[in-house]
Amino acid sequence: MRNLTYAQAINEATDQLMAKDPNVFIIGEGVPDPKVIFGTTAGLLAKYGKGRVFDMPLSENGMTGICIGAALRGMRPILVHQRIDFSLLSFDQIANVAAKWHYMFGGQQSVPMVIRMLIGRGWGQGAQHSQSLQAIYGHIPGLKVVMPSLPSDAKGMFISAVLDNNPVIFIEHRWLHNLKGNVGREFYKTPLFKAKILKKGKDVTLVTTSYMTIEGIRAAEILQREGIYLDLIDGRSIKPVDFNTIITSVKKTGKLIVADTGYASFGYASEVISGVSKEAFNYLKSAPVAITLPDIPTSTSMKETEKYYPTYIDIIEKAMAIAGKNKMQIKKVVSGEKAKRTLSWDIPDKSFTGPF
Amino acid sequence: MTKSKDLINLYFQMLRIRRVEEAIASRYKEQEMRCPTHLYIGQEAVAAGVCHNLKQTDLVVSNHRSHGHYLAKGGDLKKMIAEIYGKVTGCSRGRGGSQHLLDLSVNFCGAIPIVGETIALGTGMAWAEKMKNKKSVTAAFFGDAAVEEGVFAESLNFASLKNLPVLYVCENNLYSILTPMGDRQPEREIYKYAASFAVKSFKGDGNNVTEVDRLSKKAVDFIRQGAGPVFLEFMTYRQREHCGPDFEPVGFRPIEEVEFWMNKDPLKVQERFLSAKKLINDDIKEKMKSEIETEISDAFRFAKESLYPGANFNMEQIFAKS
Repeated sequence: MRNLTYAQAINEATDQLMAKDPNVFIIGEGVPDPKVIFGTTAGLLAKYGKGRVFDMPLSENGMTGICIGAALRGMRPILVHQRIDFSLLSFDQIANVAAKWHYMFGGQQSVPMVIRMLIGRGWGQGAQHSQSLQAIYGHIPGLKVVMPSLPSDAKGMFISAVLDNNPVIFIEHRWLHNLKGNVGREFYKTPLFKAKILKKGKDVTLVTTSYMTIEGIRAAEILQREGIYLDLIDGRSIKPVDFNTIITSVKKTGKLIVADTGYASFGYASEVISGVSKEAFNYLKSAPVAITLPDIPTSTSMKETEKYYPTYIDIIEKAMAIAGKNKMQIKKVVSGEKAKRTLSWDIPDKSFTGPF
Repeated sequence: MTKSKDLINLYFQMLRIRRVEEAIASRYKEQEMRCPTHLYIGQEAVAAGVCHNLKQTDLVVSNHRSHGHYLAKGGDLKKMIAEIYGKVTGCSRGRGGSQHLLDLSVNFCGAIPIVGETIALGTGMAWAEKMKNKKSVTAAFFGDAAVEEGVFAESLNFASLKNLPVLYVCENNLYSILTPMGDRQPEREIYKYAASFAVKSFKGDGNNVTEVDRLSKKAVDFIRQGAGPVFLEFMTYRQREHCGPDFEPVGFRPIEEVEFWMNKDPLKVQERFLSAKKLINDDIKEKMKSEIETEISDAFRFAKESLYPGANFNMEQIFAKS
C-alpha cells in the first residue's frame, strides 16, 4: 500500500508520461513557478527543463490555439488552467477547433491534447473562481471529459488522457488535491469512459462526481447504520456518461440520486437522470433526485455559502426519503449529523488556512 | 532580381487560381456546390508571390478565403473541387466544403473559417516545428479584420517572445464583408500595429506579384536565419462579393474605388510588366490558358462523377483511435 495525495498522483503521472515521450510538454500560468500548481507540477522543471515545462502569457485563447497547432504537428501538450473559469476565455479554440478538427477534415488528423481544469471552492473565492463547468464541455461533440475523484484514478485517467489521440478535458477539484489514497507505482491506464462502483448496495443508486464522491462515501457509511445500502457509483467519466454501469445499478435498486458539483440546470445530473429515464423508465420505483448547486453564482460571503454547497447530510436526507423512511426518522438522523459537524463549510479540512 | 522563368511562373500561378475561381463562379448557379464559397479573385498575387518562396516542407494555414493559398501551395485541384461538391473524394472527405480545406501531402495544414483561429494554430505549428528542429517556415494567411481579434495580439506576442519561424501575411482588402476599415480600426497602419509586438513588419502592394515575391523572399530569408517572426501587410482588393459567385451590386462599395482596383488587377499588372520585358505574348498566354482549362475541366468532371459520403453517420467518426 502506498498512499499519495491526488495532487501527487497527477504529478507522478505527468512525470512518467514526460519520461516516456519527449513530445509531451506542459504549459500554463504558473506551471513552473515555486507554487507548482498546488504540487501537481513539482519537480518537472528541474527534471525536464525549460524546453518542456512552460509558463504562459495571460492569453488563454491564443495559447490554446497555439497548443492545438503544436499538437497537429506531433506534440502532445498538457495545458493547465488554475481555475476552470479561466478556460472560458479559450472556449472558441476548444469547442470550435480542437473538438471539431478530426471530424471536419474527414478523420485525417486529430488533436492529442489534454487540458487540465481546476475547480475552486471555499474561502470566499466567489463566482469567478468556483465554477464547475463540466456540463459545458460535455455538451460539445469531439471532446472527452473526465473528473476523477480518487488519487488512483487521477493518475490512471491522466495517463490515459495524455495517451489518447483526442482532446481530453481533465477536471480536478481543489478539495481533492490533498486527499490521500492508494496509488500504484507503475505506469498504468484507467479507462476514460467508465464509471466506477465504489460500494455495492441494493437500496439506492447514488451517482457522484468529483468532490461529491467524497460526500457520497461519507453518506454511505452513515446510511448503512440506518439499514440503507447505497450502490455508490463514481461517475468519473462525464462525457461519455457510463450509462451501462448506471442503468445496471438502477435496474437493481429502482432508485436514483445524482450528486454533481455543477449548477442545477443543463448539468451532469440532468443528463444522467434523462438518460436513465429514457432507457430504464420501467425500472424506476420513484422519481430520480438531483443534488447540485443551485442556479446561482457563488457568493464570497461565508454566511451566504452556508447552505449553498450540498453535503453528505443532504445526500443522507434524500436517500432516506427515497428509501421510504418517514419524516421523523429523517429529521433525527439529519439533525444528529448537523450537530456533529464542526468543520467550517468553507474549507476542505482543518489544515486549510487560505487563500486558495 | 527575380529570374525570368520565375516571373512567368508567378503569372501562371495567378492565372491558374483566377481561372479556377472563375470556373467555380460560373458553375455555382448549377447548385451542386452547396456550401458557402469565398472567392480569391483579385488577390492572387499574394498567394502566388508568398508561396513561391515556400518549400514543400514549409507549412501554410489559412481562413475562409483559402482557395488561392491551397492551390499556390500545391494542393490537389481535383480534391478541392470534389470537396466543394461535397463528395467523399474531397480533400476533407466532403465534410468540410470550401471553408475547411486540408492537404497534408503539400503541408497545406488547414483552413478554417472562424477568423483569427488559424493565426494561433499557425503560431503553434511553427513552435512545434522549432521544438523538433525542423527549420521550416509556417505562413499564416488572414485578412485585415483578423487583426481586430484578440487572438492576433496573443499570437504575435508569443511568436515574438519565443522567436518563432512564422510568416504572418495580412491581406488588407479594406473590407470585412462590407464593413470598411474606417468603421473598424483607428487610423494607423496594420503593419505598424504588428511591429509593436517587436515583430519585423513590412507593407507592400499586394496586387504586384513581383513586389509580393520580393518582400516574401526577404521575409522568408529572415525567418530561415532564425531571426524570428515576420509580418507582411499587402494591400489588395476582393473583386467579387464576400461570399458567392457574383460581383458586389454597384454602389455597395464606392464606384471609383472599385474601378481603381480593377485597373490594378494583379494579372493585368503582371501582363503589362511581362509584355514590357518581352517575356509574354498572346501565344504563351493561350498555351497557359489551354493547359489550365484542361486541368479545370478534368477536376470538375472528377468532382461530378465522384460519390457522396454515405448518409448514415456513426459516432465512431468523431474520435481518432488511440
